[in-house]
Amino acid sequence: MRKTLRGVYLGLILFFLYSPIAVMIVLSFNASRSRAKWGGFTFDWYVRLTQRSDILQALWVTLTVAVIATVLATIIGTGAAIGIQAMKKRPASLILKVSYLPMTMPDIVTGVSLMLMFVFVNVPLGYWTMVMAHITFDTPYVLFSVLPKLRQTDSNLYEAALDLGCTPMQAVRKVILPEIMPGVITGALLSFTMSLDDFIISYFTSYTDKNLSMVIYSAARKGIEPSIYALSTIMFLVVLALLIVINKRGALENVS
Amino acid sequence: MKRSWFAYPYSLWMVIFTIAPMIFVVYFALTDTSGALSLSNMAAVGQETYLKILWRSLYLALICTVICLLLGYPAAYFLASKDFNKNQTLFVLILLPMWMNFLLRTYAMMSLMENQGIINTLLKAMGLEPVRMIGTEGAVLVGMVYNFLPFMVLPVHTSLKKMDQRVIEAAEDLGANPAQVFRRVTLPLSMPGVISGVTMVFMPAVTTFAISRLLGSGNFMMFGDLIDKQFLELNNWHFGSSLSLIMMALIIISISLLNKADPKGEGSAI
Amino acid sequence: MKKNALVSILAILLACCVVMGCASALADSQKQRTLTVFNWFDYIDEDVIKMFEQETGIKVTYTNFTTNEEMFVKLEKSAGSYDVIFPSDYIIERMIKEDMLEELDMSKIPNAANLIDWCKSPDYDPEGKYSVAYMWGTVGILYDPDQVDGEIDSWGALFDPQYKYGVFMLDSIRDSFGVCLRYLGYSLNDHSEEALDAVKDLLIQQKNDNIVAGYLVDETKDKMVAGEAAMAVMWSGDAMYAIEENENLRYVIPKEGSNIWIDGMCVLKNSQHKDEAMEFINFLCRPDIAAMNQEYISYCSPIQQVVDGYDEEQLNQPALNPSAETMENCEFFHDITEFMELYESRWMEVRA
Repeated sequence: MRKTLRGVYLGLILFFLYSPIAVMIVLSFNASRSRAKWGGFTFDWYVRLTQRSDILQALWVTLTVAVIATVLATIIGTGAAIGIQAMKKRPASLILKVSYLPMTMPDIVTGVSLMLMFVFVNVPLGYWTMVMAHITFDTPYVLFSVLPKLRQTDSNLYEAALDLGCTPMQAVRKVILPEIMPGVITGALLSFTMSLDDFIISYFTSYTDKNLSMVIYSAARKGIEPSIYALSTIMFLVVLALLIVINKRGALENVS
Repeated sequence: MKRSWFAYPYSLWMVIFTIAPMIFVVYFALTDTSGALSLSNMAAVGQETYLKILWRSLYLALICTVICLLLGYPAAYFLASKDFNKNQTLFVLILLPMWMNFLLRTYAMMSLMENQGIINTLLKAMGLEPVRMIGTEGAVLVGMVYNFLPFMVLPVHTSLKKMDQRVIEAAEDLGANPAQVFRRVTLPLSMPGVISGVTMVFMPAVTTFAISRLLGSGNFMMFGDLIDKQFLELNNWHFGSSLSLIMMALIIISISLLNKADPKGEGSAI
Repeated sequence: MKKNALVSILAILLACCVVMGCASALADSQKQRTLTVFNWFDYIDEDVIKMFEQETGIKVTYTNFTTNEEMFVKLEKSAGSYDVIFPSDYIIERMIKEDMLEELDMSKIPNAANLIDWCKSPDYDPEGKYSVAYMWGTVGILYDPDQVDGEIDSWGALFDPQYKYGVFMLDSIRDSFGVCLRYLGYSLNDHSEEALDAVKDLLIQQKNDNIVAGYLVDETKDKMVAGEAAMAVMWSGDAMYAIEENENLRYVIPKEGSNIWIDGMCVLKNSQHKDEAMEFINFLCRPDIAAMNQEYISYCSPIQQVVDGYDEEQLNQPALNPSAETMENCEFFHDITEFMELYESRWMEVRA
């Protein structure tokens, strides 16, 4: 009895969380433009999606920004974790504290502050400023995914490798990296997800190039258009797939 | 080459892209358009108009946090209880929306709540009076709760999971009834999670941007919208920076309060 | 320590160089001519851009804004990002004053000769040296006759408490103030404290009476089509679009007079692609292209051939072809930058 009641409660919460998403997915197949009427099943809105140049351009921007930012963030973040582990306690905790900043600051403040800086040094706000901003908020996620894995490894391995004649690069590549690879991959996946999903920071750091979220924002302002439901459905499924992969790696609880 | 050197590129990156921008915010907030040091922009935040917006943001965020707590705590509690703690899928399902683009979620909400939207169509079909939802404070609130609820469930759940079950058994053995166990043992022990959840909901709720426009039809300007407007419409970057600085201060104060209440960071879920 | 810092700086620089290098190499290898167009949201037929790209081989980055004010901020703060822009009259006036616009080379824009006469030498750019008109229009009320009593012919309807949550206002300072200024008998360009205070009180009263359904811009046309409110302050082209989607709706330019405006096409002084920019402007002035755009966005085209092609129904539509007296009763906005602060503080009071 108790279990049933609790199950019902959780069911209601799930209903609240998922009914809008479900409605959206259903409407993306609705032949009628009106959301009040079911006009039959259709893939038209998905086809239309492929004909909209603004959406295709935004898709390109979103994907390339996410890839570039992920690659660089993973390199910088992994290096940071390796370095921080060997640091004395004081500087290490200082760096970690600063790393929490972009994660705890509201996105709007991060976005606005980066915009201020880019404008001040006269960089046109576009694709590349967006990339830099994405690297900035992605890197801490890599750092915090890799650190726990590093803590499980023997910190003397690196020195041992050096003593045996490895260069520092070799030592990292051959000794440390294989040990922490799962953390690195999780971090990279997380970064990629965050990048794909970002709106507010991109909105402030890029004026000319728009990612998908920015296009959705414009579209939402124009009014409901079923091809945006189609886009939303696809984006939902992609993020869902990415998260299932990340979760399989048992990393959601560690990082989030 | 020492191993700690691997962290230098990152440190430099952080200095350039995290610390320097913050300094720019402070610099712009404390100067006027001529570049001279001036507190006028900071003082302007105190004007009635802006206090009203700040107050509304705080008030809506507070209500949103309370609702999230009331809805989220039981959910987290049930999920962590013996009944459901083996059910990993359920847990993931509740957390999933957290990772979904908030614009998509808001967009979905919008199509539900419009005057001619899905809910009202259903109401009319059932012969009931349609309700005006979009453009009201209620709609903004529902949108915020919808967006931030998982941020409450996650940390509370984490802290409940970490709890030593033997403590509860001990309390039961000593004759406490379930209500007493909950009030005297479970609740205090889950406080770190609650505090963390409150921060994770309250912060983004105060600074929320776009939700109030899409669901509130622009009738209820919130702090985030105000900042957006100052920067990208009214071209008043100094005042916009002052507002951002206030927001940063709010966040930093809240975080240090949080650290006081939960010094070991047990409930930290970020 | 010094050496460490050096190493890390080098590392970052290297990373940046690699990325930038790849990008520029990519751009170079294609030797592509590019152009960045900064236009209003939903203000062009997307096919026109595709056609332009096909015919000229120029790659267009198309990006948009919602209000003149937003556009101006982005231009100013991100210098060099944009080539062709589509500002309204009073902003063109301001930009000419601030020396931001490139003088157009008319030999590269022969199609500008197609403009109707009154658009060739507008007040804000008397010799037509800096801008070519793209579209023009008016501001009026779009209303749903089923939700209002009788016909609407005055701005006063916007302030009638019987329309509970029935009126959409524009989230655009000059437009919202302009409407009230005309209603109260002032000029659109009035900036006396007395007039602005009266406007502020009127707008606050309107909000307190629960008449306002929302302050929006791009959203309103679809909301009006769906019947979300009784009336909306709207630009004529958006109104035309809504009427095409929902024939029941009607557009009126109130008797107190209103705003008439021209959106021009200009090239920025700091643009790196001026030739491409002028080619683009010329392309948009081509009668067939102008007709496509007119049909798609429903605003009034200043191209003679397009006007000649209007059918009976279009000629009778006040949103597309206002009568001479109505136009006489409308005025242009002018640049009043130095007084904008008076507007802004009051606007914030209304919106807070």
